Amino acid sequence: MAFESLSDFLAMGGHAPYVWTAWGLTAALLVGSVLHARAERRQLLRELKRRARRERQAPRNTDIEEGA
Amino acid sequence: MWAFIHKLGSPKWFYGISARLMPWFWAAATLLILAGTIWGLAFAPADYQQGNSFRIIYVHVPAAFLAQSIFVGMASAGLVFMVWKIKVADMAAAVMAPLGAAMTFVALFSGGVWGIPTWGTWWIWDARLTSMLILLFLYVGVIALRGAFASRDSGSRAASVLAMVGVINIPIIKYSVDWWYTLHQPASFTITSRPTMPLEMWAPLLMMVLGFYCFFIALTLMRTRNEILRRESGKRWVQALAEESV
Amino acid sequence: MSSSDTLDQPLTVVEPRGGLGVALVATLRRDLTLMLRRRSEVMNPLVFFALVITLFPLGLSPDPRLLATVAPGLLWVAALLATLLSLDSLFRADFEDGSLEQLLLAPQPLAAMVLAKVVVHWLLTGLPLALMAPVLGLMLGLPAGSHLILMLALALGSASLSLVGAIGAALTVGLARGGVLLSLLVLPLYIPVLIFGAGAVQAALLGDGVGAHLAILGALLALAVMLSPWAIAAALRISVNG
Repeated sequence: MAFESLSDFLAMGGHAPYVWTAWGLTAALLVGSVLHARAERRQLLRELKRRARRERQAPRNTDIEEGA
Repeated sequence: MWAFIHKLGSPKWFYGISARLMPWFWAAATLLILAGTIWGLAFAPADYQQGNSFRIIYVHVPAAFLAQSIFVGMASAGLVFMVWKIKVADMAAAVMAPLGAAMTFVALFSGGVWGIPTWGTWWIWDARLTSMLILLFLYVGVIALRGAFASRDSGSRAASVLAMVGVINIPIIKYSVDWWYTLHQPASFTITSRPTMPLEMWAPLLMMVLGFYCFFIALTLMRTRNEILRRESGKRWVQALAEESV
Repeated sequence: MSSSDTLDQPLTVVEPRGGLGVALVATLRRDLTLMLRRRSEVMNPLVFFALVITLFPLGLSPDPRLLATVAPGLLWVAALLATLLSLDSLFRADFEDGSLEQLLLAPQPLAAMVLAKVVVHWLLTGLPLALMAPVLGLMLGLPAGSHLILMLALALGSASLSLVGAIGAALTVGLARGGVLLSLLVLPLYIPVLIFGAGAVQAALLGDGVGAHLAILGALLALAVMLSPWAIAAALRISVNG
């Protein structure tokens, strides 16, 4: 352990602003990209389901909707 | 061999195999990054010259590695797409570009923040930082070119050509910027030219680098699957898939 | 047309049969003639070059010592931008009147044909810029000894600029608003030429040897000549078919 206490750890020997902004931005980008990918997947599946439902109701219109 | 390549090229097959591979990469990425973070932030000893600000290395270096590797990966995927017309390769290339740009930005940002305690300024025209900035412009160009075409296929092929041109140019640019820097070198010391880095310092760095690579693979697999859902939404197997995942 | 060879019957239209050589010369002559008819398009980059160089003393300072130290970089950046300005029209007219499609359909290898087009572009942009640069260098207080080097470096470097820029021009020729995108694509790729080109002039200014710089500029040009025609050809195929 390189630090004596928690507050010592958070202070980073006086370099807290630099260490924590760099790590914070990195963490935010990593977590953000995972969340974005998950939201993207859920939305795509929802759209596919909606489309499947529409086509079950009006199966003859599939060709027209494909074009969109 | 050929059969294998074409099987890999089938979106349906890729969708299946990636579902089995993805959890392993997510697990590896999470474990490695968590362990590397704890070790690097709390247990690795402080640097004798830079103090604790040196801990930025654990995000800066992996991001910089990844930024360059992703460009190579994107160009390779573009080559596969152009030569074998494998659609999945282009989908992968399309999702790699934003992640690569983000990683380049992380490397630049963390380098800049690191510069304040080290150099006393957040930006200097250091060879490494300058090359990174140019890499960011290259990424932006590839992304913009892909988006500029009305037809997706043209955009894909144009982006592939540009990525390949870029990947040939990156070593030349790096070399020329290094050369330019040695000519105009201001009085400063470089970050990573220290010969001996003790084990407690570089082991977490290695873990972070590996973790970032696993993260990149896992995220690329995940977003390529999304891209398959988007582009192949007319296919029957995709529709069947949507119905069963209630 | 292989049957005409064996049967040896007179054709009403005589097809040029010289193959690649004839096609190259024809493309060169056609493009030169076309460009020389549109004089303003040839003149514009040169006027732009002179104008940008005029702006710098106004924006910086008229002090000849300061200007002489920054002159290599200024001249190179201005020449780079002037080349960039001329790129958009490289394939544009041919794309719009359909002759680009004809070029793609020609039996000769497209990579060789585009090389001819790029040579014309260099002859009418890069070479005049290089010839003009010493005059502007004189105005910026560049010592006389470095003028020849400036000219040589620009002539060598601008050929690489034309080749690399043509890739970008070919990629964006099909787009309605390709201009800004073109500069975004091409400028990062221009950096090595800028570094070694400006470095050559700087070295001449300091009295160092310039052989290494010129050799590297030549190596870059050799690499560009080898590789970029293929990229230009591939890019044109995408732009025309898409």
